[in-house]
Amino acid sequence: MSLLTDQPTSSSPEPDLTSRGVSLRRRLTNHATSVVIALAILAAVIPLGLVVYQVVSRGSGMISLDFLNWDIPRNYRREGAGMGPAVLGTILITGAAALMAIPVGIAGAIYLNEFGKNKPLAKVIRTMADVMTGVPSIVMGLFIYIVWVLTTGKQSGFAGALALACLMLPIVIRSAEEMLKLVPDELRQASAALGSPQWKTILTVVLPSAASGITSGSLLAVARAAGETAPVVVTIGIAFSPNWNLFDGGNTTLAAQIYRNASMAFEPAQERAWGAALTLIAIVMIFTLAARFIASRYAVKER
Amino acid sequence: MTSLDSSPDSSQDRKIIGRGSLGDGVFKATVTSAAALVLVTLGLILVASVYQAWPALKHAGINFVIGDRWVPHEMIFGALPFIFGTAVTSIIALIFAVPIAIGIALFTTEYAPKWLRTPAITVIDLLAAIPSVVFGLVGILVVAPSAFTFYDSIHNAVGSIPLLGTLFGEPTTSGRTFFTAGIILAVMIIPIVTSISREVFSTVPEALKQASYALGSTRWEMIKGSVLPHSFGGLVGASMLGLGRAMGETIAVALVIGGATQITANLFDSGNTMAAVIVQQWGESSGVHTAGLVGIGVVLFGITVTINLLARVVVRRTEARMRGVGA
Repeated sequence: MSLLTDQPTSSSPEPDLTSRGVSLRRRLTNHATSVVIALAILAAVIPLGLVVYQVVSRGSGMISLDFLNWDIPRNYRREGAGMGPAVLGTILITGAAALMAIPVGIAGAIYLNEFGKNKPLAKVIRTMADVMTGVPSIVMGLFIYIVWVLTTGKQSGFAGALALACLMLPIVIRSAEEMLKLVPDELRQASAALGSPQWKTILTVVLPSAASGITSGSLLAVARAAGETAPVVVTIGIAFSPNWNLFDGGNTTLAAQIYRNASMAFEPAQERAWGAALTLIAIVMIFTLAARFIASRYAVKER
Repeated sequence: MTSLDSSPDSSQDRKIIGRGSLGDGVFKATVTSAAALVLVTLGLILVASVYQAWPALKHAGINFVIGDRWVPHEMIFGALPFIFGTAVTSIIALIFAVPIAIGIALFTTEYAPKWLRTPAITVIDLLAAIPSVVFGLVGILVVAPSAFTFYDSIHNAVGSIPLLGTLFGEPTTSGRTFFTAGIILAVMIIPIVTSISREVFSTVPEALKQASYALGSTRWEMIKGSVLPHSFGGLVGASMLGLGRAMGETIAVALVIGGATQITANLFDSGNTMAAVIVQQWGESSGVHTAGLVGIGVVLFGITVTINLLARVVVRRTEARMRGVGA
């Protein structure tokens, strides 16, 4: 005791700047919070691991060339057979949605970044695009049902594509705008100095330099749309065999099949749901990883 | 507006050069109408949905949101049980997700060593990439069946305590309950709350953190004293965005919530939410029943849009204020 109290007085009164100078209670609190915060990451890893493990272990037994090709059995109790129509439907419907949403989204982003900037209209559109991202997907499905299915009188793959396009549009606009922002103004000035009109500058100089970022943002939007279920379930009807026609007859997607089969109490239906889930996750992951690869591989060029 | 620092290819400069005015005009009109499509769509959603839902809304009047009976074939439209279920499941989701998301955001911005930062963010990205219907599938076939024993033991432990006994009452044997739905929702909204929280934390000026360390703070004291107070508004905004997402989530909840139309304080009981009831009853609905479901969609649209707008305003305010301090 005396030794401890003597030391500061005998030597020069320098404060102890090492961690021993901090009281035990403060040090313990610091360590405890570090542990708690590091544990938070586990709370995200565990559900991710659980989902991936379950889907892979229960779904991989189902996956085969036949599963990806054959028709869906009309009777949910029947064993085996495939998800062919759903794979086809997912690709057709998501592809059609991407064809609609991506060009319009990029055009909208060009307006926001190249013409609108801080004009009131651009500010309103920016806010509304954010709001549109928050519109529940089921509401988007109802909307397309009302304006398209009720008008044409039938559910179709195209109606689902329209709903997905509406969901993708604000995501593409906002991510493409962020990418256009990164294009240095010097490029635009250089092009203008050479006498190009603005539309030519944008199409031949600005867009190509932002291309990688825009592509990766669009791929992420496609990945998300491929997994959307609620808007698809209410707009596309149902199909058990492949339907190449987006405008006529019902259709189906992997997501819709997972939903339908998962709510059935029959073992074969549930097995098909697991197989469909693995297929869907594989498709989504391919798009997500492609987006990340493009973004990281070509990111330097954007600076 | 900012005429001095605007790019030199603004319209005045163009006129001096005197080229491409027609092409530019056409181009500008095209991209402007593409952007305006956002406003048109949102407007159309509101008008078309209200028009379609009108028969049910008009018939039920104010009872549509305060009535607790939903019997469409008897023309009784009271959506309160679904509004209640939406609120309960979202609140459960927030209680679990917000602290975890803030923890992850702090971990990746302040704690994690560099080599761990990218993998940690990747995990969150992958979690966000999993389609909601897959969460629903795992929820209904894996989580719900095994949850019953867990719920039952909680019920046995606290069932005799007044308030807790009401909240954690007799569990439904299927395990498809408000609580299961809330947990699944929590996992689903962790990514969005985490990413907004990270953005908010990144706006805290480095000088503030250094100043706090210079005064002798430990890392936690620095976070408590500098990072959290300055991020508070933004974190509230992030949580509200998560709330908006949780309220609108349809398929996962439709699979795991049980589908009962009731208002009960028992979290271990079956219920339903606005989004889930639409997709569950859509197939067998027609006429005014469909109108009623669209009406629920209108209410949901209104609530989520309001929450999202408020959240964006809060987050932007915080970021603007922080950037001002930092500059």
